[in-house]
Amino acid sequence: MKIIELKESITASNDEDARVLREELKQNHTLLINLMASPGAGKTTFLGKTIKDVGDKIKIGIIEADIDSDVDAKKLAELGVEAVQAHTDGMCHMDAGMTRKALEELNYQNNDLVFLENVGNLICPAEFDTGAGRNVMILSVPEGDDKPLKYPLMFTKSDVLIITKIDTISVFDFDFDKCEQRAKKLNPNIQIFKVSAKTGEGMEEWEKWLSAQVKQWV
Amino acid sequence: MHEMGVVIHLAKTLDKLAEEQHITRIGSVTLSVGEVSGIVNDLFVDAWNYFRKKHPVLNDAELKMETIPAYTHCDGCGSKYETVKHGKICPNCGSKETWLIQGNECIIKEIEAETADEELINQEDKGEENAGDL
Ligand SMILES: Nc1nc2c(ncn2[C@@H]2O[C@H](COP(=O)(O)OP(=O)(O)O)[C@@H](O)[C@H]2O)c(=O)[nH]1
Ligand SMILES: [Mg+2]
Ligand SMILES: [Zn+2]
Repeated sequence: MKIIELKESITASNDEDARVLREELKQNHTLLINLMASPGAGKTTFLGKTIKDVGDKIKIGIIEADIDSDVDAKKLAELGVEAVQAHTDGMCHMDAGMTRKALEELNYQNNDLVFLENVGNLICPAEFDTGAGRNVMILSVPEGDDKPLKYPLMFTKSDVLIITKIDTISVFDFDFDKCEQRAKKLNPNIQIFKVSAKTGEGMEEWEKWLSAQVKQWV
Repeated sequence: MHEMGVVIHLAKTLDKLAEEQHITRIGSVTLSVGEVSGIVNDLFVDAWNYFRKKHPVLNDAELKMETIPAYTHCDGCGSKYETVKHGKICPNCGSKETWLIQGNECIIKEIEAETADEELINQEDKGEENAGDL
């Protein structure tokens, strides 16, 4: 027996699957966006509002991976987009293999944009590349501005930070500047949007960014 | 469960490596796991022992875990301290503006492996090697 030094990430096989999937999505002109957040942060509501606003201009599909039930997939399908429930087998994250299966079930080629609502959890999903073209994380005002200190990996892996539920700011002690500073320190390139999916405030800027990304990708 | 997901990927990564490097048998796998990686060693070993049976190359691969200590840097006073002992608040100045420097990684450090040509040379003591089992 000989010793082979590897010093490789434990998820190297997933990284490779993800790379291949991303390439394939690009060739088929579909942008996959991986949406990550804590449970209850407001992912489904945020997606619903986005679909209502731009669903007539962009053909959107949804992969719902939150473990609770298939309630969310139904809620979103009612808005007229195609939605499938992914099977995570009780896992705390989606990996590239599971994402591929869900995409195939969705017939993703018919969509310009597919959102993956990842499992509600700020730790595990950040460790697994799903093959998405963009990673977006949602943080809600009630969760507090110190989340970047607690979950640094999530912030380094995300292209966009959405701070949602800003309509509740008067009730909570949330310092936008501090949160922004902390997030930028971990990831200087992170784009930050402040929104309320309830009142619609700030959604326009996010949707402008989103439309530009879809155009650029497809 | 997080451990199961990670083990599936570990097994896949090793299967692929075995194919590329003509490895016939892996004797042991050494992982370097950060103190705050969120991986629970016992659960991980259980999951591993279940999964390795499904991968011929890994059948008798023993899992060894080394711990990478976790350290945090403090923006307030510039000091470095042990994360597990003190948590998020700096023990030197009380600041909350602190950042993990290391300790959340999970890396395959090395493996002990037998390759195809090696096996030919060792053919004679093969019977002996297969005798012992867990
Ligand atoms: N005030 C307020 N409540 C919101 C907003 N977005 C979501 N919520 C509420 O937060 C709760 C969880 O939202 P949901 O979208 O299901 O979260 P998910 O678990 O991340 O998908 C629900 O009660 C929503 O009505 C918002 O922008 N403002
Ligand atoms: Mg939801
Ligand atoms: Zn300090």
